[in-house]
Amino acid sequence: MRRRVPLVATLLLFSLVLAACSDDPTTDATGSPGSDETPSPAEAGGTITIYSGRDEEFVGTLFDDFTAATGIEADVRYGDSAELAAQILEEGDGSPADVFFAQDAGSLGAIAEAGLFAELPQEVLDRVEPRFRSDDGLWVGTSGRGRVLVYNVDAVSEDELPGSIFDLTDPSWKGRIGLPPTNSSFQAQVAAMIETEGADATREWLEGIMANEPVFYEDNGATTRAVGAGEIDAGLVNHYYKYEVEAEDGELPIANHYFSPGDPGSFINTAGVGILASAPNADGAQAFVDHLTGEPGQTFVAEDSWEYPVAPGYEPSVDIIPLEDFQGPDIDLSALGARLPEALQLLAEVGMI
Amino acid sequence: MGIRATATEATARRHRRVPAGLAASAGVVVALVAVAPVYLLVRASEATSSSWDLILRGRTIALTVNTLGLAGAVTAAATALGVTAAWIAVRSDIPARRVWATAFALPLVFPSYVGAFALLAALGPRGLLQGWLEPLGVDRLPDIGGFPGAFLALTLFTYPYVYLVAASALRGVDPTWDEAARTLGRSRWYAFRTVTLPLLRPALAGGSLLVALYVLHDFGAVSLMRFQTFTQAIFLQYKAAFDRTPAAILSLLLVALAIVVVAFEQRARGRARYHRTGAGSGRAPGPVRLGRWRWPALVFSGVVVGVALVLPAGVLLYLLVQGLAEGVPFNLTVGAIGGSAFVSSLGAVGTVAAAVPLAILSARHSGSVGRAAEGAAYVGYALPGLVVALAFVFLTAGTVPWLYQSLPLVVLAYVVLFLPQAVEPLRSGLLQVNPRIEEAGRTLGRTRGQVVRRIVLPALARPALAGAALVCLTAMKELPATILLRPTGFETLATRVWTSASAGLYSRAAVPALLLIAVASLPLWALAGRLGAPEDGR
Repeated sequence: MRRRVPLVATLLLFSLVLAACSDDPTTDATGSPGSDETPSPAEAGGTITIYSGRDEEFVGTLFDDFTAATGIEADVRYGDSAELAAQILEEGDGSPADVFFAQDAGSLGAIAEAGLFAELPQEVLDRVEPRFRSDDGLWVGTSGRGRVLVYNVDAVSEDELPGSIFDLTDPSWKGRIGLPPTNSSFQAQVAAMIETEGADATREWLEGIMANEPVFYEDNGATTRAVGAGEIDAGLVNHYYKYEVEAEDGELPIANHYFSPGDPGSFINTAGVGILASAPNADGAQAFVDHLTGEPGQTFVAEDSWEYPVAPGYEPSVDIIPLEDFQGPDIDLSALGARLPEALQLLAEVGMI
Repeated sequence: MGIRATATEATARRHRRVPAGLAASAGVVVALVAVAPVYLLVRASEATSSSWDLILRGRTIALTVNTLGLAGAVTAAATALGVTAAWIAVRSDIPARRVWATAFALPLVFPSYVGAFALLAALGPRGLLQGWLEPLGVDRLPDIGGFPGAFLALTLFTYPYVYLVAASALRGVDPTWDEAARTLGRSRWYAFRTVTLPLLRPALAGGSLLVALYVLHDFGAVSLMRFQTFTQAIFLQYKAAFDRTPAAILSLLLVALAIVVVAFEQRARGRARYHRTGAGSGRAPGPVRLGRWRWPALVFSGVVVGVALVLPAGVLLYLLVQGLAEGVPFNLTVGAIGGSAFVSSLGAVGTVAAAVPLAILSARHSGSVGRAAEGAAYVGYALPGLVVALAFVFLTAGTVPWLYQSLPLVVLAYVVLFLPQAVEPLRSGLLQVNPRIEEAGRTLGRTRGQVVRRIVLPALARPALAGAALVCLTAMKELPATILLRPTGFETLATRVWTSASAGLYSRAAVPALLLIAVASLPLWALAGRLGAPEDGR
């Protein structure tokens, strides 16, 4: 009994005093999202709700720029692209979201297939290269993210670097490669391979890779770091991880190798955006898509990220190869979604996942 | 005479009618928990032959073996660690006992994804440890990924569940029983094994169950360690194939698995009584002198605390220092600290309130009603947070937009996800109260309400606080439900960790992770500070 008073006091202090520092969230908490309480700039264009599968660390300032440029407030809900896609599918027509800004074509395709996206104006679609938009005009790409082989320059000589991803099944790579089998970028690459090379060739490649005893990692970042640490000699990752990891950990003895044009190893996925058919603020959503695919958004990609602008005429700021030279297999990204379950099945059958 | 009394009492317990108020409030809680399985049934009913194909052709049997194997191994190891640590912290004269008592519980503050990440960074083939050993010619360490890594991470970060309940129960054991065995010439070990351990059985069973089901729903550790379990397969369906139907079928199988585990535990727990019938000594147990066992006890405690607490905290500090050296910009909203504290406290209060009727039913009505009430509590706990979150999205987005993406909805999801963490301590607490005291109160002319207020509720105060602290801690680490259901712009420390870690910015994630651990230590300190021999023999 004697001791209960301080304990209760601690718990109370804990919940109340600390809660008091969070005036922001607690006041926000009671109102439903997109509540009609309108801040001053909203008179210009109201508020839009953005479901963003893109990381706040990378695109947070993009949303601030959008509000500054248009006067439209952005309520951003960050999450994992695939989890947000599942959320939108469950919400259906009741979704409070105006736009879905996703990391990859697969997440966008899932919403498009469910008929929850509105068609985009041709003018917006025409801004980007055809390989970076949905065939039905339901979503449009905002930045390109290519697959490469990141390698440790101390462990791999340049003449060893393969022209095709299929060459990685050569026994000379035994025990030297790493990849993230549960990562969606890698799985999309496998789906793309099924699309262009067929299921049998893909299975053969996967079995060949397995025979080379690859090391598996959780994601692209971990794979890249493992290459940097010399844990493995080379890894299959997205092209920009070298730059991201080095910005955090400092210079590493790693370099990107691009497979030949047209090779499944050079697969390029796209981050993109679509407007929900049920959008409460369709005009604001339109302005946002405009912003991302237009000059402000593409300049942001070129200058403030390591990804590829998808509209012609913007040069990336780092030493990544020009997009013209980065030609993946000729496939329709919106068809990729249909191949994903197959890719998952193959990965399971060869024992990668 | 004694035997006959017990038999009639057991019959009375089984046939006692459930009061209407209790039944109604338990019904509301069960209905809330049922949100998840109902949603899953809706989604699973959309199955076409191809999705069944995927399940059947897939590795369901391998997944079952993996999942149960991991759960069994982790539970056994965590129980052994937890009981040993509890005995050292409560009954021994180890130096700095109160420090150990708190330190043993602290690993609970690490979210499993943070803990697993830290273990990999430290013990991976080219991790920090290898870096230190490099001068000695160690080129690489064996890979801890797969089963060993998942087992290690989950054991280290879940054994405190067993430790906390075991320590609390050890304090409640009347030392005279143990002393009786000793005066009859039995060894200390014999007395522990035959007197103390059986008395701890309900608490241990409850703590082990929390660990086993935690393993079933954990995604962070198994995904980082790349070990395939049901939960990992469920996430893969959502994340890679965008297919909710196979995910729902797998989730229902997971629920079935959980029911098997709970039933197994209910059998193991038995039907014995655990309260005392006489007045008892009312003494707190005095410390046992360790003698020559002092060094092994210190080594054990040092290793456990070193690997489960110092190592992960050290890795986070290392990342922080590395980030500072590279000039990584650290931005932190104070709001996230308050957000974590606020929503997890609300979750704790809500969950304990919801747990009371289920705990009473389970402890006082040992028939099928009681068992069902307890079992219901575990349905949500066994499911991954993402599945429960999607169930609430499905239920509320279109129908009750004012509730959707609000704090109350986050709290409701926490109730479904963490109910057993409050039910277990409450149930164990109730089992230590002799129901005859309640009957005596009634015989003396008190109303049922008065008996509940004067006898039952005071006895539940301590277990309720224990449950609240556990839920508070776990809620603070929760991620998927918080992300999907929170009000727009609402941030917690866990969401801040995720924001940076998902972008691969580990040093930036270190700041909110360290803060999360600091904030989570507060309820834990309140909880564990009371465990280590409060009266110190006085």
